[in-house]
Amino acid sequence: MLPRSNALRAGALLNMFMIEKEVTIKNRAGLHTRPAATLVKTAAKFKSEFFIIKDGFEINGKSIIGVMTLAAEQGSKLLLRFDGEDEELAAREIISLFEKGFDEV
Amino acid sequence: MNATNFYMSSESTQEIVLNGIAASPGIVLGRAYIFTKHIPRVEEKQIAAGDVEKELLRLHHAQARSQKELEKILKLTEEKIGNQKAKIFEAQIMILNDTVLFDSIKKRIQKELKNAEWIVHKEISKYQQMMMKSPDDYMRERAHDVEDVKNRLIRNIQQELLISRFEKKSVVIAEMLTPADTVLFSRNDVLAYATDMGGTTSHAALLSRSLKIPSVVGLKNVTKHAQQGDWVLVDGYAGTVIVNPTRETISRYNKRKREHRQFEATLESIRDLAAQTTDGKEIRLSCNIEFSQEFKFISQQGAQGIGLYRTEGIFLRSEVYPNEQAQFNEYKIIAEKTKPYKVVMRTLDIGGDKVLAENYSEENPFLGWRGIRILLDKPEMFLTQLRAMLRASAYGEVWIMLPMISGIKEVRRSKELIEQAKQELRTKQIPFDEQVKIGVMIEVPSAAVIADDIAQEVDFLSIGTNDLIQYLLAVDRGNETVSSLYQEFHPAVVKTIHHIIKAAHRHNKPVSMCGEMAGNPIATLLLLGLGLDEFSVAPIVLPEIKKIIRSVSLKEAEEIAHRAMEMKTEDDIRDFLRVNLHTIVPELLLE
Repeated sequence: MLPRSNALRAGALLNMFMIEKEVTIKNRAGLHTRPAATLVKTAAKFKSEFFIIKDGFEINGKSIIGVMTLAAEQGSKLLLRFDGEDEELAAREIISLFEKGFDEV
Repeated sequence: MNATNFYMSSESTQEIVLNGIAASPGIVLGRAYIFTKHIPRVEEKQIAAGDVEKELLRLHHAQARSQKELEKILKLTEEKIGNQKAKIFEAQIMILNDTVLFDSIKKRIQKELKNAEWIVHKEISKYQQMMMKSPDDYMRERAHDVEDVKNRLIRNIQQELLISRFEKKSVVIAEMLTPADTVLFSRNDVLAYATDMGGTTSHAALLSRSLKIPSVVGLKNVTKHAQQGDWVLVDGYAGTVIVNPTRETISRYNKRKREHRQFEATLESIRDLAAQTTDGKEIRLSCNIEFSQEFKFISQQGAQGIGLYRTEGIFLRSEVYPNEQAQFNEYKIIAEKTKPYKVVMRTLDIGGDKVLAENYSEENPFLGWRGIRILLDKPEMFLTQLRAMLRASAYGEVWIMLPMISGIKEVRRSKELIEQAKQELRTKQIPFDEQVKIGVMIEVPSAAVIADDIAQEVDFLSIGTNDLIQYLLAVDRGNETVSSLYQEFHPAVVKTIHHIIKAAHRHNKPVSMCGEMAGNPIATLLLLGLGLDEFSVAPIVLPEIKKIIRSVSLKEAEEIAHRAMEMKTEDDIRDFLRVNLHTIVPELLLE
């Protein structure tokens, strides 16, 4: 089971049926094209909605152009939000991508 | 049009000479094809509810057609240049397949009842603007990719063809060329490229060099001066474009072209000979290299190894921060290919904004966190690179060079880290050259002043003139208002170079020069006379420099240097060197 993130915000309480988790970009090159593509492809496998929030700015994590726009560099923090029937599976797989630094730390 | 018409028209129109940056060599004359980018006229149009399906179909066809076009370009690039360059287009294809993006475009068409190109324009521009705001160069480059995709889609929605009116064997004139344009035109026997914008390191410039198409960039307003069908002369050696050249100009350039060919043939004939003065002093002549495509030039031009291998390329061009193994693979190939000669590998020399991609910007990056300063603050990163370089030293002759050194403390700390890297490799029993040579790039004035002390700490010195001159004269040569004050032959520059060489020689350490000045033919006699041991130059100018070295005795060169050292102004020194060069190598073509 995934621990509920301490990044759970007040607004999120309105919707108890979703997962929010803060992650840090570990790989040096940040979310450049290759990791962005991996992320989008992985997210596409799940039915749940997947959003990434950075600096209060929210993009759809299933969109490559959106993820590219994030310009998320190493060390930056992102809030991931999963919402849908398979949200736990989606969260587990995607968070592990970030934790492994997309295999390119 | 035939030649007669051309002569008539050339007499009724004004010849216009434009100066830009030489990006790819060669001289050609041809008709101008003004390539106007489809910064598409996108009009907002209301559509009837019954036409939504038709509009969605237009979008669908445009998407498929754009994908086909891009796949073709991708394939062409892979064939002509290789996989690495082709990556630029893969990202664009990925965007075309972004279902989230296209779903929201389709929804907006249905909901707002607007034409497809308008919605595509609105929706994609949103992302593009966000990317343009990024302080990261990489991200802004991506914004251009996004714009390319957008324009391609819109053009295909409007069902226009790209290079419809392009006639074979024209000179393409444009504000800016994308990598895709550069590759596509090359298929249609383009004669040359001339653009308003761009620098020598832009993707398009690199591609045109790889494709061997003469090209001049950074002309600022060539698109304003040249009209469709005008005769245009492009000189990719000097970086000059002449619109409506007169008969006299053309014959002058024809002569220059012949001379270039002849001179190139002469150079070809000395390719395998040593860079030796007439009285037998042998000079080492090596190349500066950043891209692997430049590799073939080394043997082609008869270089003795690599005097400066810039490692920034691997870092900036790869999507991923290269780990030790990835760096080692790259360095190993270079060490093996350069054998039996040496390769001087410079550790990462880059501004803090680029390398770490941490949201970092400085008021004054040239005086900020860069080069060795970053490496010493990020020892893990430095050690990774050092281990990779050391490991490569088992496969060839690798020398390691430290950039942006300003004092002894940095040299000593770097040496400690090199020792630590060696120790780590010893523990793991990974082979490397125990005697690997360590050197310092002298490019900060303080390092030049204490060159004596630095020479005692290391195995060699290399003078990086580009930064040294900027720092010494307090001139940013990218700043047009003051760039004329950037003077390679300023007496202070000449005296500083002299000081560095003498200091190194006092401690029996060799000195090379790897800045642009080493490749300036006017400087060759001076540098030779000042006692420089090695010239590391861009591959393209190497044969010329060799020709000069082979035409003079060390004694003559020393006299010339001695005289130049007594002169008080840059003009005097430059003129004096030019006259001497002309006497010694009369066939050399100077601008």
